[in-house]
Amino acid sequence: MSTKKTLFDKVWDSHVVHQIENGPDVLFIDRHMVHEVTSPVAFLGLKNRGIRVMHPEKTFATADHNTPTINQHLPVEDPLSANQLKMLEENANEYGISYWGLGHEKNGIVHVVGPEYGITQPGATIVCGDSHTSTHGAFGAIAFGIGTSEVEMVLATQCIMQPKPKSMRINITGDLQYGVTPKDVALFIISQLTTSGATGYFVEYAGDVFKSMTMEGRMTVCNLSIEMGARGGMIAPDETTFHYVKGREFTPKGEAWDTAMNYWQTLYTDEGAEFDKELTFDGSQIEPMITYGTNPGMGMGISKDIPNAADVQGGASTYKKSLQYMKFGEGDSMIGKSIDFVFLGSCTNGRIEDFRAFASIVKGKQKADNVTAWLVPGSHQVEAAIKEEGILAILNDAGFELREPGCSACLAMNDDKVPPGKLAVSTSNRNFEGRQGPGSRTLLASPLVAAAAAVTGKVTDPRELMEKELA
Amino acid sequence: MAYDKFNILRTTAVPLPIENVDTDQIIPARFLKATERKGFGDNLFRDWRYNQDGTPKEDFVLNNPKYKGKILVGGANFGSGSSREHAAWAVYDCGFRCVISSFFADIFRGNCLNIGVLPVQVSAEFLQKIFAAIEADPNAEFEVSLEDQKVTILATGESEPFDINDYKKGNMTNGFDDIDYLLNIKENIQEFAKSTPL
Repeated sequence: MSTKKTLFDKVWDSHVVHQIENGPDVLFIDRHMVHEVTSPVAFLGLKNRGIRVMHPEKTFATADHNTPTINQHLPVEDPLSANQLKMLEENANEYGISYWGLGHEKNGIVHVVGPEYGITQPGATIVCGDSHTSTHGAFGAIAFGIGTSEVEMVLATQCIMQPKPKSMRINITGDLQYGVTPKDVALFIISQLTTSGATGYFVEYAGDVFKSMTMEGRMTVCNLSIEMGARGGMIAPDETTFHYVKGREFTPKGEAWDTAMNYWQTLYTDEGAEFDKELTFDGSQIEPMITYGTNPGMGMGISKDIPNAADVQGGASTYKKSLQYMKFGEGDSMIGKSIDFVFLGSCTNGRIEDFRAFASIVKGKQKADNVTAWLVPGSHQVEAAIKEEGILAILNDAGFELREPGCSACLAMNDDKVPPGKLAVSTSNRNFEGRQGPGSRTLLASPLVAAAAAVTGKVTDPRELMEKELA
Repeated sequence: MAYDKFNILRTTAVPLPIENVDTDQIIPARFLKATERKGFGDNLFRDWRYNQDGTPKEDFVLNNPKYKGKILVGGANFGSGSSREHAAWAVYDCGFRCVISSFFADIFRGNCLNIGVLPVQVSAEFLQKIFAAIEADPNAEFEVSLEDQKVTILATGESEPFDINDYKKGNMTNGFDDIDYLLNIKENIQEFAKSTPL
């Protein structure tokens, strides 16, 4: 057997407590993040068993899915949401878990605040009862979403039982075109693999495109790994990673930092290590992307036309049902379609870089009258940076308002629901039927595409509104 | 927290021949606000099953009295998207003990196994045979044997094997869950925890 190991193998193997023959591995979990929606039944399970949380110091709770994005200082109106938030607070207090609830300065989307405060670290195993936990893979961590039974498992034993996934490496070579963002790279990959093309695999993203990406960009890419079915996605940590991590509240300091760095610098895929599957794409061929259907795999370059059912993978009837829901036809161009809502935010694109990108387009222009825009920062840190960097002034001048942090219209558990039939350009992660509200129709895109739609009132290629940088 | 034991299931099945059924369709996010595992079955496939005024959609399979049974048969890539275990709970709460598809999303599959719903992955060809058998006769029965790891179309006698690892098979057969197992190796875990740097 080869001694050459992948990044994934290095992290996974070092966390295996126990192997069950013809069964899953028992994997030790370094960081467990908890939110209000998928945890109450797990805590109830602990109570019924009469056991405690094994490692409360490795467990972090924040409220994000249900929280309102206006008037957060007032009591939450929806009694069911209020009850879930209260349960999380009570459970966190009962078991001695850090709790960053509504109104706390560290409150925000779990996958935004985790990295911001240094809870997310290279080489760690990280889980949360949320499929977008894959976000944290941007730091070279093994991070994946789990169900509530597994949340209970980790609370009770700090371990999870998982069959080891197969390995896949996706290389993107070359340079990205102007106006092409990490979101476009991810939507491009998913469009090539389909929504189930990486099911059963854990993905490593490699190549020049990812090496030159910021941490925010890497988080966007890893976040969307689940949308092609992958258990998770990760990128080898490098100077960009270490620079981001250093000095954050929960990252190691002093000698502990040096020890951690010694470990983190070993976290890369050895030359010659083998993957079960390896794919390579040319980054220079990627356009700004947009989706046209009801799963994230149904995406294309914004200048293209919607494919015919005969030309796509999978069943024609499901494909046609999807277009029927979207009220689009085979062969339609997306450019010029009138839109009703724009959502900038979520664990995919709710970070400062996303607001910078959005502002770069809307600066000096005006929000289109037919558009309702929800601009929702991922955390209070993002919100503060928006103000400090003068982005808020640009947004306000262009007719936009900023809301308060939370998951918001990404899954419409709070009041931020797109009404039936309305078309939204969203920087979030899922365009499933009704995802943003019953009957809502979603086009997934980058913050640049969302901004271009917000000021023109229709689907617009953002490159038309961008000033070309001098070569 | 043990759950019902699973051995042999012999029942009719409910067909849902749609691909990429995501967990937002199985149960939309707005119905995830309960703090106990109760009543999720009422909202299984909520927006496919009911109009916005709450009246049933006549053409949806769960509203068609012709179709019933303990097996739900779905198209490829069943259960993709959100990790919400509520989706598996809703399936269970509606009386299903087994979901058959030609391909499952990982998290949904795991969630099902953790609560006692058996995910059975068959070939695309066999899946079509199952759909055809239900179409020919909604009362057609199927047998799912966990012990033999085999699903059979009783009307034709055709069968196909399915995979499940020995550990999970043992859990489902005996109604054990993972936490029982993990608590038994608690000392190993505590020893391991001492050696982790984080």
